[in-house]
Amino acid sequence: MTITDFLHYEFIQRALLGGIFIAMSCAALGVFLVLRRYSLIGDGLAHATFSSVALALLLGMSPLYVSIPIVMACALGILKLTEKIRLYGDAAIGVISALGLAVGIMISSLAGGFNVDLFSYLFGSILSISNEEVILSIILSIIVMITVASFFNDLVSLTFDEESAKASGICAVRINTIFVLLTALTVVLTMKVVGILLVSALLILPAVTAIQLAGSFRTTMTTAALAAVLSVSSGIAVSFYFNLPTGATIVLINMVFFATALLYRKMT
Amino acid sequence: MSIVVVSMKNLSFRYNAVDVLSEISFSVNEGDYIGLVGPNGSGKTSLIKIILGLLKPRQGLLSLFGQEPEKFSEWYRIGYLPQKMGMINPQFPATVREIVALGLLSKKAFPRYMGQSDRKAVDAALVQLEIYNLRNHPIGQLSGGQQQRVLLARALVNNPELLILDEPTSALDPDLRERFYGILKDLNENNHTTIILVTHDVGNIGKYTSKLLYIDKKLVFFGSFDDFCRSNDITPLFGEHAQHVICHRHDDPLTPES
Repeated sequence: MTITDFLHYEFIQRALLGGIFIAMSCAALGVFLVLRRYSLIGDGLAHATFSSVALALLLGMSPLYVSIPIVMACALGILKLTEKIRLYGDAAIGVISALGLAVGIMISSLAGGFNVDLFSYLFGSILSISNEEVILSIILSIIVMITVASFFNDLVSLTFDEESAKASGICAVRINTIFVLLTALTVVLTMKVVGILLVSALLILPAVTAIQLAGSFRTTMTTAALAAVLSVSSGIAVSFYFNLPTGATIVLINMVFFATALLYRKMT
Repeated sequence: MSIVVVSMKNLSFRYNAVDVLSEISFSVNEGDYIGLVGPNGSGKTSLIKIILGLLKPRQGLLSLFGQEPEKFSEWYRIGYLPQKMGMINPQFPATVREIVALGLLSKKAFPRYMGQSDRKAVDAALVQLEIYNLRNHPIGQLSGGQQQRVLLARALVNNPELLILDEPTSALDPDLRERFYGILKDLNENNHTTIILVTHDVGNIGKYTSKLLYIDKKLVFFGSFDDFCRSNDITPLFGEHAQHVICHRHDDPLTPES
């Protein structure tokens, strides 16, 4: 089968289109998450997504629409636990993560156990993405990227030195709130690509790969976007040709990129 | 008549039910070079964080350039160099130029994009601190002294009227420390930049600053270094020997009044 034949399939076109936009959102946020030591917020919010997906399936509603407000509320919960209650970031993520998982298991149990739909969200099913989901993913990804671009300098300043950023008049509370909400949105979109269990990988791996290679912040962002897009598109292709699970393939390709970047850094 | 840059009146601050600062009153005038000194845990950093709007006082009055802190929005008039040595992530992916440019954000409205004139301002600050050759280097790969200069360039890129530095020389070797003090002296004398410098280095700072502000949760001394050395109140703080060493190291040694 040639590449033209591969691209001829409509479900492949949908997967590539949605996946590429979601990958770019992950890269845009991932660099900031890693540098602010918030890498595992993706994991925590993914567990919250598990409960919202279980709820949506129980109610017979669209998991994407149900998950977005719930996961955004959980993201704000993590922020408030760190800002108001003064919990450490990892502890706050742990609290929301445990809550999400426990509620998800409870709802699944009430619904009569895990079903095929829930498994598809746990492990990802980008090849089964619908037209409506692709359009929603593109729109939301564009919103994420435009917002990150608008607050880019504020985010870099807060990431480098939060105290000095605040002293220069940057409203850290507002920017942090916007940032966690965008992360929540991206986590919900990403579950379709790699699955709830591997969401944080697509947020973290392109970012840490780029950090090994780049010298400037802008180059790091571009490299992370490139790594994310390349891993998702090649992951879809490889998994299709070799009949492998797409989410896991994307993550393993990202691991190869990361290992190569580490090796390159050691050699230069 | 000189402008009052910072004024505090009976200012108190409490953290976790512990009094950190009590009844602090002093004024900083335009062109002053203040050495803010005191033992560990005396409230020096809290004091400057209150000036910078990072902490809220429990009571008392504070004014910045004649304005209440709640109404003050001209943060570009203040440059800040935090206590940062050794804390920069070696993998932080930003160049020197990008870091110095962050100092310009306080002057900009949303979305705070940088233009050609900003690039020129950044380059001017890099030249001023003799680090223009490092402009494209990643910040994490520089030595401690070079990083400190970059952070000073970030604080100076707006040509601030008030410069606040929190123990900037604590990790510098003596040679670099003298060069750093030289840069500050030049800024104070030639640019008339008002400086508040938090330091433990009481003996060395005496020859550069115009005034010493000594706090230990409350104000202990505020005045010139000469008066500091003459003051009988100082002897119990350091002991006679240490006081002699501190004051002897000053250019114009003075003995305490008996």
